[in-house]
Amino acid sequence: MQASGASQTQVQSQVQALLQPHGTMQGYEPGAWFCEMLRPGQPQHPTLTLLMSRLAALPIESLRQRAAAAERDLLDRGITFTVYSDATAIDRILPFDLIPRVITPAEWQQIETGVVQRVRALNMFLYDIYHERKILADKIVPADLVLKNAGYCQAMVGFDVPFNTYVHVCGTDIVRDETGAFRVLEDNARTPSGVAYVVENRHMSLRVMSDLMTSLRVRGVDEYGLRLHNAMAEIAPPGVEDPQVVVLSPGIFNSAYFEHVFLAREMGVPLVEGRDLCVEGGKVWMRTTSGLAQVHTIYRRIGDDFLDPDAFNPDSMLGVRGLIEAWRRGAVAIANAVGTGVADDKAIYAYMPRIIQYYLSEEAILPNVDTRICAEPDALAYTLDHLHELVVKPVAESGGYGLLIGPHASKAQLAEFRALLKADPSNYISQPTLKLSVSPTLCEDGVRPRHIDLRPFAVTGRDTWVLPGGLTRVALRAGTLVVNSSQGGGSKDTWVLA
Amino acid sequence: MDMIPQRHKVHLIARHAESTLWLARYMERIENLARILDVTNTFARDADDTRNWLSIPRINGDLVAFYKKHGEATQRSVGEFYLLDSDNPTSVQSFIAAARENARTLRALIATEMWLQINVFYGRIRQLNAANITPDHFTAVCGMLKDGAQAHTGITEGTLYRDQAWHFYMIGRYLERADQTTRLLDTRFHSLAPQTDAVDADIDAGHWNALLRAAAGYHAYRREHPSGYDATEVACFLLANTAFPRSVGLNLAQIEWHLTQLRTRYFLRLPAALERLDQLNGMMTYQNVAELAGRKLSPFLDYVQREIGGLHQDIVGTFSG
Repeated sequence: MQASGASQTQVQSQVQALLQPHGTMQGYEPGAWFCEMLRPGQPQHPTLTLLMSRLAALPIESLRQRAAAAERDLLDRGITFTVYSDATAIDRILPFDLIPRVITPAEWQQIETGVVQRVRALNMFLYDIYHERKILADKIVPADLVLKNAGYCQAMVGFDVPFNTYVHVCGTDIVRDETGAFRVLEDNARTPSGVAYVVENRHMSLRVMSDLMTSLRVRGVDEYGLRLHNAMAEIAPPGVEDPQVVVLSPGIFNSAYFEHVFLAREMGVPLVEGRDLCVEGGKVWMRTTSGLAQVHTIYRRIGDDFLDPDAFNPDSMLGVRGLIEAWRRGAVAIANAVGTGVADDKAIYAYMPRIIQYYLSEEAILPNVDTRICAEPDALAYTLDHLHELVVKPVAESGGYGLLIGPHASKAQLAEFRALLKADPSNYISQPTLKLSVSPTLCEDGVRPRHIDLRPFAVTGRDTWVLPGGLTRVALRAGTLVVNSSQGGGSKDTWVLA
Repeated sequence: MDMIPQRHKVHLIARHAESTLWLARYMERIENLARILDVTNTFARDADDTRNWLSIPRINGDLVAFYKKHGEATQRSVGEFYLLDSDNPTSVQSFIAAARENARTLRALIATEMWLQINVFYGRIRQLNAANITPDHFTAVCGMLKDGAQAHTGITEGTLYRDQAWHFYMIGRYLERADQTTRLLDTRFHSLAPQTDAVDADIDAGHWNALLRAAAGYHAYRREHPSGYDATEVACFLLANTAFPRSVGLNLAQIEWHLTQLRTRYFLRLPAALERLDQLNGMMTYQNVAELAGRKLSPFLDYVQREIGGLHQDIVGTFSG
């Protein structure tokens, strides 16, 4: 594949003069994809040029040795997630690609302000749909889509949360198209995971790539725990001088347990399970060696349904009986709030630009990917007509399962999805296949372009703060666009330049 | 006196305190088991090989489980049972799996180095296979296990923050040491009644030698008693000595110190444990042990073992359930 457009070719030839003759980057050819390293059509950043020349000067064997050391290190450290399929559970590492993804200050400016804007809109939307429902009355978002949404929580109606913040931790999945424009792929407003990798990947870079980082001005990511703890303290019930924060995990067998440990350590608070907590006298307590001690804020990493067998799933063994009632009475703060799932639903996502416009009278700083809601007849017709060129996603699922990538699908798969769509159109949205940007990635046959996305993390108490970095996931298999860890994706360190 | 000016009260989750105790106990068990296997392999090579190897399942109360799987006690069968068999709850495979699970539970409280070493150690133990327990590799495997357990002990000493969790950790370690020494002494004492015959005395010397080496006390004992072995002296050394790291008396004294710290610095209520310990400590004197050694040491050792178990229950019982 050849890059199109004169300016793109020009810039690439300049850079490739530097890359081609020798070293690590030999034979690297991003083709028509937007490359995060060469960034055709964008002004070159001196740090990137320096990094590229350092990378180019490195023998590929050195890169491979470092990659092997990094993999060994991840396994030894038990930085793993668990993959469950049928009856087996396997501890896997999230493969780490040691060539970083770099974000320039100007790019970060857009991402940061865009994420802050989006989180504000999400919180305002949640407040509205659990109170006056103005946006529904004004028919900006169909009422049924919200009120009949599986993520809509009746228990939240009329209930106030501190600072009207529902989404305390938000992970916004952002991709970059072939023109280099950032677009939001989805919001994760429930219990987004991955932030531990942001920090651990940085530490890994410092261990195995320190010579490449020398004197480059990369913004630090170590502040996350402190910022998160501050936000958790801010939302604690009023009048508590030194609030007790805990991280609530489903336990050591959860696939994200490593991250729960990370969060508790970074905040310096206990990592508890449901069985360590109880509700007595309307307050929430944890069982300590010296008896019950009051808990003021719970950063929970278990889903709404499992939080409280009294309020939700009565079979849940993970939760705390009476927790929701204690919360509603103001005895404890829970982050993220219950009932945020309605806001990060893929069906609501389609309306986000209009939601931002409605509450903030602003254009979305980070645009959506063009999205069609199959519940609407026109959109369904279009989707059925163009199935072979679209990505079709179920709105209720996550994790990359059960999605159709039209251009890669067989006739049988297309027919199967056509039937699924007709049977239950409101369960699906469709989007054009994305030409995701690529980043140079160490592969079997050398450094090769692989597709990436970005998940920055925003922490909100009174105000919103965005961690200057993010989880860059990379699709390690050639050609694939799916970056999910459960589908063979890996990750990269994300360098936001100062 | 509070040494650390505390900004706020740092709580320890009760379940984590229990995990800490168990982590220490399982890691200590690995070292003890490796010691006994190594010493049996090296020093107890007299005519009655089977009796020597059988002493290990006997120490651990595993005779029934052992005979269910193996016909005869040999280096091979005992090695397999204790080094490779993950179905056997008293094998190093089970110990390291349990230690790692507790460490995982405590991951937010312990240093990365501590976790990393356990995780790597786990990987190494999981990889052991039949080739590792052949006569030419047996000592090396025991050495690897001892090294791993001792590295853990060292990392813990150097990194574990000295708050409540540390006290519980140390109590777990000392409980386990006291328990293991009692078991070691109990089984050997059965077969080590005083002998008059010169040949028997030689064999005896070999056994005392092995016993002391298994407890890492051979040279210390020699220093204290250069003249030879005496059943009463050995019993006193292992039970009442206050300088030997694996003597029951010293370990009980250390447990008492840690319990007192928990009571005075963290205001934990541990009346049952302290009372039981007080009684037990009172019996661990040279005079008392010397008196018992000739006649009824075995029932006494059974009693001590039960009390050590009771102590663990007392401590855990104060904050769970």
